[in-house]
Amino acid sequence: MAGRVLLQVTGLRAAVAGNEILKGVDLSLRDGEVHAIMGPNGSGKSTLAQVLAGHPAYEVRAGTVTYDGKDLLDMDPEERARAGVFLAFQYPVEIRGITNSYFLRAALNAIRKNRGEAELDPIDFLQVLEQKLKAIGWDDSMMNRPVNEGFSGGEKKRNEILQLAVLEPKLAILDETDSGLDIDALKTVAETVNKLRSPNRAFLIVTHYQRLLDYITPDVVHVLADGRIVKTGGPELALELEAKGYDWLRDGAMVS
Amino acid sequence: MAATGTVERLVGSYNAWAANGASRAPSWLKELRTGGIARFAELGFPNMKQEAWRFTNVAPIAEGSFDVAKPPSRIPTLDEIRPYLLLEAGPRLVFVDGFFQAALSTPFFDDVQSLAHVVQHRPDLVRAHLGKYASVGERPFSALNTAFVHDGAFVHVAAKATAELPIQLLFVATGEQRVVIHPRNLVVVEREARASIVETYAALRDGAYWTNAVTEIAVGDGARLDHYRVQREGVRAYHVATTQSHQGRDSTLNLHFVAFGGALARHDIGAVMAGPGGTLILNGLYLLAGQQHADHHTTIDHAADHCASHEYFNGVLDDKSRGVFTGRIIVRPGAQKTDSKQTNNNLLLSTDAHADSQPQLEIYADDVKCTHGSTVGPLDPRALFYLKSRGIGADEARRLLTYGFAAEILGRMDVAPLRAQLDQIVRGRLAE
Repeated sequence: MAGRVLLQVTGLRAAVAGNEILKGVDLSLRDGEVHAIMGPNGSGKSTLAQVLAGHPAYEVRAGTVTYDGKDLLDMDPEERARAGVFLAFQYPVEIRGITNSYFLRAALNAIRKNRGEAELDPIDFLQVLEQKLKAIGWDDSMMNRPVNEGFSGGEKKRNEILQLAVLEPKLAILDETDSGLDIDALKTVAETVNKLRSPNRAFLIVTHYQRLLDYITPDVVHVLADGRIVKTGGPELALELEAKGYDWLRDGAMVS
Repeated sequence: MAATGTVERLVGSYNAWAANGASRAPSWLKELRTGGIARFAELGFPNMKQEAWRFTNVAPIAEGSFDVAKPPSRIPTLDEIRPYLLLEAGPRLVFVDGFFQAALSTPFFDDVQSLAHVVQHRPDLVRAHLGKYASVGERPFSALNTAFVHDGAFVHVAAKATAELPIQLLFVATGEQRVVIHPRNLVVVEREARASIVETYAALRDGAYWTNAVTEIAVGDGARLDHYRVQREGVRAYHVATTQSHQGRDSTLNLHFVAFGGALARHDIGAVMAGPGGTLILNGLYLLAGQQHADHHTTIDHAADHCASHEYFNGVLDDKSRGVFTGRIIVRPGAQKTDSKQTNNNLLLSTDAHADSQPQLEIYADDVKCTHGSTVGPLDPRALFYLKSRGIGADEARRLLTYGFAAEILGRMDVAPLRAQLDQIVRGRLAE
């Protein structure tokens, strides 16, 4: 395949609260590619997403992760974000007292500063924001509310995608962004993600269901089971999983 | 006991004061004062065995010897007090060490005036309200204030009138050591009137002085008052205060509190919802550091049906500071359809900081909705990670979350210049 390897995960083992969840994950993702990670509950999908973003609760026990030529595991979460890694949270966090627009501007300016670009004042920022808001079908009323506070499940997920659109990462990790969305919200999220696809932006889409992949066609589909990637294929693999479930793979993995 | 000695000393200083400068007062006022000192002599200083004082030790006040403040030897200039003002325009009353300063003030006829002045000029109006709301029964400090009633702010908004600009009441302490100041304020907002008031306590210099303030607020039927109280006393000062409100039918009262200052601060806030259909918001922030101690003791009395009260207090506690919050809510028999919501959230920025939070619900009606919740803890690690995952550095993330805790309260304040001023103070404190 064309393009440079953006993310190389090799033999990654990680634990939370002493329990090993990732038991040797290998994954390679090139610039601009869209990979889906599917798997049953408890397979380690979300753990992989959190470890890549640098969540402090997860202990990396072995393996390497190279991102854009750098040792990702050696970077603080904020350094990863500034280097272009973005995680859309499965459970976005409520931030009391800070408006969505203030938060988003603080984040964008932290990233711009790191790139050596000028920070945006509130007026310049509003112009950037307006275009992005249109993309997800929001007006600015959501921007003056505290971050995620009182948002519905769907609003929280859309807010994650809005952040993705504003922060323009090189690697966007979507952690079960489809869960808890009704079909209309799912379509909006998928359309936005499709618009954001570019040769300079790779996606790692973690999902339990094939549903999201009806709207976002991945280049590669991986199946994660019991902390390892047990199968890798094209978009047709997602359909196969939808039809057959995960059990046949889990059995196969045990045999091999 | 030292405290008893101090009680006698205070009674003695009352007798001397009453015999001299205060002797020209009308008889009804003298009676009010006599009742106040008698009650204080009976009650004495509170101690920590009393339920309402469990977490606050007033020994530094009870055992300190404070003289009644004298008129300031030098009056500050307008430039000196400007940092504590919001607007040049609008009615304004300025007091220095408790003494009204006409030269620094812009009264509005006899409606925004010094209390001492209206006691002479509108005695019937003052008499109808003064001491009618702030009970001295179980409140020794209110009793003591009542004994020394002399001057303070008086605000009267006539029926159906609207005060366009916020009315500023500024109490400046010169920081003179070991003096006690007893400001006594009366706010009467008549039927269907509307006003905003900003009551500020500040110090020109640090000093171990003691402010013992009482503010009574009467809100008439269908009236609306937004009352903001900003406590920015010096860090060595003692601040004891009572704010007592009384609301009529279908009235709205929004009471906002910010406490930044004082070594030891205790604020009793009482709100009586006396008529049906009233709305009340208590919205407070305490931001403490060093060894500061601030105690907010709130009582909302739902005495009528169909009233709604929402209470939000946030505390941000750093170093070895301590914040105390008591949220007492009484729903009287017959106060059906009461809707009461209370939250108290405390953010501990240091392992030595401490917060006590106690809701006290006394519900004597059956068709009511009362909820309460309180939290005490450090910054949420999930929120910290969320901010970091967006590129915001660890220090900035902590600052932002802490600021948000304060901003949640400030965000409910509608007077833009006040909000900007408080915002700046909060940011300044967090940058330290």
